Amino acid sequence: MLEVSGLTVEYAASRPVRAVDNVSFSVASGEFLGIVGESGCGKSTLLFAIAQLLTPPAEVTAGSVTFDGSNLVTMTQRQLSAIRWRDLSVVMQSAMNALNPVKSIGAQFADALRAHGRPSRQEVADRSAEVLRLVGIDPVHLRSYPHQLSGGMRQRAMIAMALLFTPDLVIMDEPTSALDVVAQRSLMTQIKELQASLGFAIIFVTHDMSLVSHFSDRLLVMYAGQIAEIGDTRRVFGQPLHPYSRGLLEAFPGIRGLRVPLTGIPGAPPDLSVSRAGCRFEPRCAARMPQCGTTAPDLVSRDGSDVRCLLYAGSGTEATMDAASADASTSTDASTNAGTAQ
Amino acid sequence: MTELLRADHLTRHFKIGGALSRRTLHAVDDVSFGIGEREIVALAGESGSGKSTVARLLARVYRPTSGVISFDGQPLARIRSRRDALRYSAQVPMVFQDPFSSLHPVFRVSHGVLRTLRLHRPELSPRERQAEAERVFTVVGLGADMLQRFPHELSGGQRQRVGFAQALATRPRLILADEPVSMLDVSIRIGLLNLMTRLRDEEGVSILYITHDIASARYVADRLIVMYAGQIAEAGPIDDLLASPRHPYTQLLLSAVPDPKAPPPGSEALAAASGERGEPPKVIDPAPGCRFRARCPIAIDKCATTTPELRALPVAEGATGRAAACHVAQADTEVAAFS
Repeated sequence: MLEVSGLTVEYAASRPVRAVDNVSFSVASGEFLGIVGESGCGKSTLLFAIAQLLTPPAEVTAGSVTFDGSNLVTMTQRQLSAIRWRDLSVVMQSAMNALNPVKSIGAQFADALRAHGRPSRQEVADRSAEVLRLVGIDPVHLRSYPHQLSGGMRQRAMIAMALLFTPDLVIMDEPTSALDVVAQRSLMTQIKELQASLGFAIIFVTHDMSLVSHFSDRLLVMYAGQIAEIGDTRRVFGQPLHPYSRGLLEAFPGIRGLRVPLTGIPGAPPDLSVSRAGCRFEPRCAARMPQCGTTAPDLVSRDGSDVRCLLYAGSGTEATMDAASADASTSTDASTNAGTAQ
Repeated sequence: MTELLRADHLTRHFKIGGALSRRTLHAVDDVSFGIGEREIVALAGESGSGKSTVARLLARVYRPTSGVISFDGQPLARIRSRRDALRYSAQVPMVFQDPFSSLHPVFRVSHGVLRTLRLHRPELSPRERQAEAERVFTVVGLGADMLQRFPHELSGGQRQRVGFAQALATRPRLILADEPVSMLDVSIRIGLLNLMTRLRDEEGVSILYITHDIASARYVADRLIVMYAGQIAEAGPIDDLLASPRHPYTQLLLSAVPDPKAPPPGSEALAAASGERGEPPKVIDPAPGCRFRARCPIAIDKCATTTPELRALPVAEGATGRAAACHVAQADTEVAAFS
């Protein structure tokens, strides 16, 4: 349904920053795709590029985003307006900033509904009340202003607004990051329930890998503007292929089981305005090989997943990976030097 | 273990609204706890639970509405002179949440550390100050050459290490760390948590680690205090507490923590989870009674009338120091409100 192909976004500057570099993936209808990565990896830029919400100096310099058969990148604003809210909607990170503070929730819903047709006053009221009920908010809050709602309710109201029409795709940018764990879980389960009953596809961007572990069908791990790994969520959690995915997973302390010392990933993400030969993760990688500093890896398919790592470029690589992971778990003092590495 | 700091019936209220409305926000209500020598105590709770207010009370940013804080056996209320105040803030420094706004952008990072040293340890000569700055930078894993950098040249993790170096420069006995890793990327966090453990083990510093992240608390802390709506819900040795939480709120909190290693929850568990809206109460002019009762599936009549006090719980052989503020948990050893 959504096909992103070779998408590249640059921020114009004296040294242009390529925040999204040749990213390709597809989303099937009804699918839940999680996109994870650290701050600055380009995940939000990617999402804005898909929704055609980029503003200068950011610009799509190559690639296409094909949604229901048409390329969003080449569409005019008028054509995009026809699609937005109706077929494709976006839930922003901070509902406090995304909702208009001087308009009631109901008025904002009505605006969106009237942008796509001429519904009667009654139809507007009915549909608005219906979507609020869907997300578990009493329709009396149609008359409330955003500041009168709690953080969790505001995020729910944003999601309700995204469902005013029956979109094929809802794009979510960290919608739960301002919430507490209990509210977070409740919102995630509700999103999942709504998806099951309404059948829309979701692209869910987050920096918290554990959040999507039980909810997404597929997981895309981004690093430095590129796809590091993309595959079935349970597989990525069970058997991460890319050393970066592995490092991310090992950086999460558990609340059950033995307390074991963890290492995290030493160093910091690279500066994207400086181009370098070789793999972008190489300076921080526990499994690096001599050729990693000079050869940039391509995405290769393996067991139904795609991974960008030279460990998988040739054949007979399984043993190398095992050796590398053993190496990673023994270097416990790597993290204490995390600050000095860069 | 000797107690370094003790808070007894600590309470802080804020007046809110205009001149005519006399409403009171009970940010912290009757909270008592202690922090031992060489101990990391995690203070966990959702936003608005009062955990940051506790930190500010301990740092003397706020005065308590009532209650007593003692450090080394001396009540803080007795601090009158600037010299005593300085001495206390040197022994109990703070590390802040946001490493991007807590460092002065136009000065090299050595500036903050050297100034701290000049203020709190005036006996040091300039050369000794420089040597001490290099020492604390090395302790936090930055290396002495980092002193000459500007904040914008450092990553978030490195800046937060500068925050710990500054705190360390005053020869502290207790560091108040308010969400020190929550703004950092996942891959960087562990390094800072490991640093906190090292400061305890090698420098003998105690740390109050304020966080909403139970998993990171478990990773570094010896003891856990769970706050809910301005009060302590449950406290105890962290492994024991997390293995068998007794307060229904702690149980709810733990059940909500995503565990990537566990199998996905079944549909019934999901349905139960989405019924729980997760809205913490606003603690404005609260009536007596348990503040969690509206969300609690096992509330009894007494919960609506009597505020439960934090009391020691009957524990299994060998376990000590468990306490909860729950009528049901105090009466019965088997509480299962959320699983």
